[in-house]
Amino acid sequence: MRAQFVLSEIGVGLRRNLTMTFAVIVSVALSLALFGGSLLLSDQVTKMKGYWYDKINVSIFLCNKNNAESYPQCSKGAVTEDQKKAILADLKKMPVVEKVTYESQDEAYKHYKEQFGDSPLASAITPDQMQESYRIKLKDPQQYQVIASAFNGRDGVQSVQDQKDVLDNLFNLLNGMNWAARMVMALMLVVALMLIVNTVRVSAFSRRRETGIMRLVGASGFYIQAPFIAEAAVAGLIGGALACAFLAVGRYFIIDHGLDLAHKLTLVNFIGWDAVLTKLPLILATSVLMPALAAFIALRKYLKV
Amino acid sequence: MIRFDNVTKVYPKQSRPALRDVSLEVEKGEFVFLVGSSGSGKSTFLRLILREERATHGQVHVLGKDLARLSNWKVPQMRRQLGTVFQDFRLLPNKTVAENVAFAQEVIGKSRGEIRKSVPQVLDLVGLGGKEDRMPGELSGGEQQRVAIARAFVNRPKLLIADEPTGNLDPQTSVGIMKLLDRINRTGTTVVMATHDQNIVDQMRKRVIELEKGRLVRDQARGVYGYQH
Repeated sequence: MRAQFVLSEIGVGLRRNLTMTFAVIVSVALSLALFGGSLLLSDQVTKMKGYWYDKINVSIFLCNKNNAESYPQCSKGAVTEDQKKAILADLKKMPVVEKVTYESQDEAYKHYKEQFGDSPLASAITPDQMQESYRIKLKDPQQYQVIASAFNGRDGVQSVQDQKDVLDNLFNLLNGMNWAARMVMALMLVVALMLIVNTVRVSAFSRRRETGIMRLVGASGFYIQAPFIAEAAVAGLIGGALACAFLAVGRYFIIDHGLDLAHKLTLVNFIGWDAVLTKLPLILATSVLMPALAAFIALRKYLKV
Repeated sequence: MIRFDNVTKVYPKQSRPALRDVSLEVEKGEFVFLVGSSGSGKSTFLRLILREERATHGQVHVLGKDLARLSNWKVPQMRRQLGTVFQDFRLLPNKTVAENVAFAQEVIGKSRGEIRKSVPQVLDLVGLGGKEDRMPGELSGGEQQRVAIARAFVNRPKLLIADEPTGNLDPQTSVGIMKLLDRINRTGTTVVMATHDQNIVDQMRKRVIELEKGRLVRDQARGVYGYQH
């Protein structure tokens, strides 16, 4: 009886305030979808950092015979065997270096083919246009500057490149987006909370007759407040469920289908469904507790018990 | 049952007290009329008993409890032992007669079985047997007030507070309501009724308490409405 009584009261309350309820649901859904999206983006950045920092190298590109005209530092012609040996020996002496691998022109050509095999540019390239290089794995990826200052400008070295620079720009961009998402989320959250407070106020006002009668017959404060809090929680839960759906659909269309980044950006390993699933309980819990708390606080002010 | 000790009530932002140094006692099983012109303090008197307001000075005891010392969360418990009836009936228009009465029991967590048993019983008592499924809007004013009385009485309160229960009713209907309240009083329930209805007070010959500008000016056993000097 009591559960049924309470549930029917909630249904009546939500229907009575349909437009307001709808606004609460939408704002909760949007703010929590942004919240989840922001969490997932953080996950993605962390995952990419872990993955890429492990793989990135500092590359010392060596002069080939075609570089002589275009790069002044290669004006003495292609790198010699002696120069290569000296560079390798010096690299191995440096404490920051963990591992050095040599990539020949043929290997460079092969990797190039693998990456850009389909593009028309690839067919115009020949192995002798590629550069030999030393790929250096550092113990600490931040120590790039040590290598750069030691080898830039040395005979036979065309350039020293750090892949981390490229990645960091990307990560900074992603982090920036993440902060923007959080700001929007915070604003949406404030809007959602204000809507909830207002909805509860309207709801309490439109039912002051019932609550007045409840008070007269001796209903406890909790009993009078519970339907309002439950209404806010139910509306919030619907919003939270929508937010979860947004996230799942979003991941599906951005990574698996639609934009299909999983196939277009094979070099990036994307977050899996597990990352999405672990966020859902948090989102659902927030979607229930936050409106319930807001309603509770609003009732202190607007509902005399 | 009810005891006022030198009770003064001043509402915020008002200089004139609504009640001024009122002391009186109502015993168990009494029937008391509360009379006085508008603004004499009748409503404040009833609101203090219901603890909708707190006394500014003095003590209000209801059912043996000092209301000033009663913490907020215990107030609902106290109100469950009180029944209240108002001039405007205060029924829920979207619930049937039976549901309106049952509401008072649902709200305090009575079981479905208890409600099913006691609602028809109390509706019979107030003379509305067979009208369980009617909506309040379909009933006459007198019948609506009977529903309100049924709701006030269904939990068998020790004290019934009635604030001008016949104020919206014609004299004949009022007599019916008064007979009902008298019957309830005979079951041992104390009744305190604020009223403007001279005929009723004069006919019933019960204790009359008169307030004027917040002061207790008359407390008379078997009294009448007007002054009798």
